[in-house]
Amino acid sequence: MHPAKSVIFFTTASGAGYGMMIWLGVLAALGMLPQETVFGILVFGLAFALIVGGLLSSTFHLGRPERAWRAMSQWRTSWLSREGLAAIIGFVPLGLFALVAIFSIADMALGVVLGLVGAAMALLTLYCTAMIYASLKTIPAWHNRWTVAGYLVLGPMNGAVILAFLLAVFGFEEAAGTMRTIAGVMIIIGLTVKTFYWKHLATAPATSTAGSATGLGHLGKVEMTGSPHDQDNYLLREMGFRIARKHARKLGRIAIVLGFWMPLACLLVAGIFLDGGLPAAGIALLFVAVIACQIGITAERWLFFAEARHAVTLYYGEKAL
Amino acid sequence: MTSLPKTTAKKLGLVVDLDICVGCHACAVNCKEWNAGAKSAPLTDYDPYGKKPDGVWFNRVHTYETTDEAGHGQTVHFPRSCLHCEDAPCVTVCPTGASYKREEDGIVLVNEDICIGCKLCSWACPYGAREYDENEGVMKKCTLCVDKIYNENLPEESRVPACVSTCPAGARSFGDLGDPDSEVSKLVAARGGYDLMPEQGTKPVNKYLPPRPRQDGRGGDKAPRMLEHADDSTEGAGLIARWVDKILS
Repeated sequence: MHPAKSVIFFTTASGAGYGMMIWLGVLAALGMLPQETVFGILVFGLAFALIVGGLLSSTFHLGRPERAWRAMSQWRTSWLSREGLAAIIGFVPLGLFALVAIFSIADMALGVVLGLVGAAMALLTLYCTAMIYASLKTIPAWHNRWTVAGYLVLGPMNGAVILAFLLAVFGFEEAAGTMRTIAGVMIIIGLTVKTFYWKHLATAPATSTAGSATGLGHLGKVEMTGSPHDQDNYLLREMGFRIARKHARKLGRIAIVLGFWMPLACLLVAGIFLDGGLPAAGIALLFVAVIACQIGITAERWLFFAEARHAVTLYYGEKAL
Repeated sequence: MTSLPKTTAKKLGLVVDLDICVGCHACAVNCKEWNAGAKSAPLTDYDPYGKKPDGVWFNRVHTYETTDEAGHGQTVHFPRSCLHCEDAPCVTVCPTGASYKREEDGIVLVNEDICIGCKLCSWACPYGAREYDENEGVMKKCTLCVDKIYNENLPEESRVPACVSTCPAGARSFGDLGDPDSEVSKLVAARGGYDLMPEQGTKPVNKYLPPRPRQDGRGGDKAPRMLEHADDSTEGAGLIARWVDKILS
């Protein structure tokens, strides 16, 4: 599948934003959410900016962005429609939660409820995003449980790393420590999920073949000797994206090292520095963790598209999926 | 809207005979011709006279070669278009309701006035039936010539999809595949018509008829050979013909 920049940015950015929101809700429930205006504006502002920026970016790849509002109507059958609705509805509890947390417009007990409802909506939105991909039978690399697990874990993982950094910057030591632990655990879960995802890709038996696509399999090996067109067409550009194998391996390593191992190492060492009275070094390492994580997750998301092969390619020379 | 109808009154569709198709691409060209001026117009072309011509087509003809274990090859020309599936995944993924399947005849269509061009339907279709029009920003697809098959201004024999009426070899048939007594259903039953990628669970309406086994002794029953109709009997021949036959034999 063609890895569209707008969709890669959308899924990584809104994933991180929703991830931050989920942990802000959890911190509120644990009674650890710092109620300081500057911190609140910055942290909620960043989370909303990531979510809204991602959603806006996703409309850039539409042929008719001005009609995007129509996408909310078919929630009965369409995961894309459900995602749009979940995102819009989620803004209500998340927005109110932010107002309570930053400006104390209501009691924090209500804030906790709003935060948890908002966190649930954030998870639901991530689930809908994942299901857009996981529901497509035509793309076996996506049509499996590891796709859903990946989206549900990687966004919150990324959000936790960002929050751990911001909490440390503002010197909220207790919350920062908790967030480092959460981020570390999420990284280990994330790495496990992606390892299983890639293992599944390498070992899953073929679903459709050139033989079943043409119905000529009983005659033997099926090869295309004549293409309908001698230039690329929409199908080949959108669905026939081919990735050089050496790049796939390299990018896979970048995703694993920068997305998981490096942030994990930075978190551990940063914890030692912060506890040992070297806050500047600790914060610097957490910043490295945040940047590494963004690069790693972007590589992971690019591969998620680039490695996925579509059934239509079976008509154009692909042997099996 | 994007919920599929539970049943459709008719299942209009095509039957493509891979034994007859000669790969001339006339169906693809006439499809383009009709639809460039019909419901989905314009059927955009990019760089049509340039070095990299490209554009929206609803019908594409591939050519495949099959090779069995003994190394025997067979060439099969293979037209590929929308199969108007009963469980059309392109319809249910549509977030706007632009994509729909008609209850009255099962034709799958796109309402281009509300399509947002998200392309998800083309991701959901295993058959590559949907093509995106980059100029218009919307998705387009085979309409089964919905504006031709019901057009009362046309003579009745012309009220079939453009790909069917133009095929010089008669490789394409059109009819109601939901009616077991229709000509197309009988053809499918007689020739073992099959679904493409049945494992995708889309339940295509269109059927393909397999190429008959070759005449070189491989496979089961052979394709009919015209020469085999010649025989040695002189029954019914005229007096002179019988006399010549006697002398020559």
